[in-house]
Amino acid sequence: MIAIPAHLRPLLASVVALLLLYGFAAIRYYDDGFVSTRVILNLLNDNAVLGVVAVGMTFVILSGGIDLSVGAMMGLASIVIAVLVTKAGWHPLAAMIVGVGLTTTLGALMGGLIHVTGIKPFIVTLAGMFFARGLGFCIHLESLGITAPTHQTLAATRISLGSAGSLRLPAILFLGFVLVGTYVATMTRFGRGIHALGGSEEASRLMGIRPGRLRVALYALSGLCSGSAGALLTLYLSAGNHLEGVGLELDAIAAVVVGGTLLTGGVGSVIGTLVGVLIIGVILTIVTFEPDFSAGLTRVVIGGLLLIFVLIQRTLISWSSRTKNRAI
Amino acid sequence: MTGERADPGTPSVRRAWLDRARTSPAFWSALLLAATLIAITLANPDFARIEWRNHRLYGAPVDILQNGTPVMLLALGMTLVIATGGIDLSVGSVLAMSGAVAALLVTRCATPGPLAIAAALGVGTLIGVWNGVLVAYLRLQPIVATLVALVAVRGLALWLTDDQKVPFHEPTLEWLGNGHLLGVPVPIVLAALLALAVLLALRLTVLGLYLPAVGVNPRAARLCGLRVDWLLLFTYGFAGFCAALAGLIVAADIREADVANAGLYLELDAILAVVIGGTSLVGGRPRPIGTLCGALIMQSLTVALQMRAVVTEYALLVKALAVVLACTLQSERFFEWFRARREVRSA
Repeated sequence: MIAIPAHLRPLLASVVALLLLYGFAAIRYYDDGFVSTRVILNLLNDNAVLGVVAVGMTFVILSGGIDLSVGAMMGLASIVIAVLVTKAGWHPLAAMIVGVGLTTTLGALMGGLIHVTGIKPFIVTLAGMFFARGLGFCIHLESLGITAPTHQTLAATRISLGSAGSLRLPAILFLGFVLVGTYVATMTRFGRGIHALGGSEEASRLMGIRPGRLRVALYALSGLCSGSAGALLTLYLSAGNHLEGVGLELDAIAAVVVGGTLLTGGVGSVIGTLVGVLIIGVILTIVTFEPDFSAGLTRVVIGGLLLIFVLIQRTLISWSSRTKNRAI
Repeated sequence: MTGERADPGTPSVRRAWLDRARTSPAFWSALLLAATLIAITLANPDFARIEWRNHRLYGAPVDILQNGTPVMLLALGMTLVIATGGIDLSVGSVLAMSGAVAALLVTRCATPGPLAIAAALGVGTLIGVWNGVLVAYLRLQPIVATLVALVAVRGLALWLTDDQKVPFHEPTLEWLGNGHLLGVPVPIVLAALLALAVLLALRLTVLGLYLPAVGVNPRAARLCGLRVDWLLLFTYGFAGFCAALAGLIVAADIREADVANAGLYLELDAILAVVIGGTSLVGGRPRPIGTLCGALIMQSLTVALQMRAVVTEYALLVKALAVVLACTLQSERFFEWFRARREVRSA
């Protein structure tokens, strides 16, 4: 048997699951045109917002933390952008920079608070979620449409692949986030620090890593990702709406975990998260092909999948620790 | 005690007093509740008025108690779960599920009210026990195990009700939400009874000793011969039971089961109530009184903002700040950091 490195096993399990799910759907809905590049490209197009958020979440979970504020941050960024463009007449790109800057700052503040007070990330980001939702309400009460022509040009930007379909701007950016995220996670000091922190805070401190700075940067990064997702959301909706993204944090966590990143921190990959997002995307696509399948059942399936994957991870970990012990 | 009083000036004595007050979270949360209520009453003199009309109690404080019961119930169950070092994210979904089960049984199967209530409570407890099994036997992190239930249980409830609201008319069920017992609204009576039961169980039985033992060091507790698995099953089951009861009250109050919205984000309110109440999130001594104070603080803030005609959602900002403040005050690390800063500056 080929020896697969222990840290790659969860990723492998995710890839196998993706192939199985896709294969099942491809056989079952072959006549409905499931096997087409258009469907595959739409997997990316339709889930780009979730994907960008999940990339940020991957880093947070790698460090052993969790960020529950992402959905609210995304909504906040989208409404800020909409207000700046529609009410103040800003250029959409400038508005996006301000919106993303705001969520990045809020993320950094949360990171600082986690470090200084030692309160669990779970609670701090929960408060951050309330704060961002409340702030969104203070800025504008309802959904606000964006009709600026430059914004519409951005929304229509796409790479056309002829009859095979096209890749929209959010999907392109999502792939960009995955590439940059993979680089940052595997090739930089920051990425190594995150892995070390997720493995053991005590050990990483003894190695000379400064957890405080790392945490501030980490949650700022997550804020950046969810803010960017908010900017992309305005492209989809041609509007800003702070009520968007309810429950997104759970989908993002599910995508990260299904993609093979361990919730205990230290092990995982951004590529895995891409696979996780695609798995969730395939499930959502299957649902559109199945008329009797309600939105409720989709949640049940996603919940069940999450459970199965966590259990698989547990067994893989206990296997690898058992083999290690035997070697000793 | 008298020695400390005689010389309150020396810093060490003052610090000892401060430390003792700080380590008694129930004291802090009661103080915070009193301060909130006094501040609100000063701003709105009408706030504190309670009337006795038609053999019933009326007034804003009664409203706070009545509207606060769902969060209080969820938070009571959550207190025990958090004391064991766990967390239950699924309570909001269980709340929605229990309302749906009762409403569906009453309308579609013409089940008598009490039986429907029992069935809903049973389903809630069962989901709680399922969480407990995942945590105790499959050794999943509580946050993951209950996240699964959070996602799946509401989905299941939506599927059962075909994404529709289920209105119902059933006297026993409606009585749970709108009835009065000796002039006091039934939800308040139920919450008070449950709180009393929890308090007595913690004070008079070994539960008050075993739960924190599991929370602080489950391995040690297991080695001491505690049935940790059974305790966890019981705790999560109880949290499910509390959530189911809250779900019945919420559904009975509006005479319909609104699965899509009932209890959405309420798990967060419950956790915040527990945190404000001083139960440590890493496990340890459960503080049910603090929890009730925490739930009431949040509810009174909401009601006060409503009385001043402020949009409810602004309350989110206030809640967020209140939580950060409460957690910071309880944080040892923050005080160490603060002290270190001051020493650096004075040196």
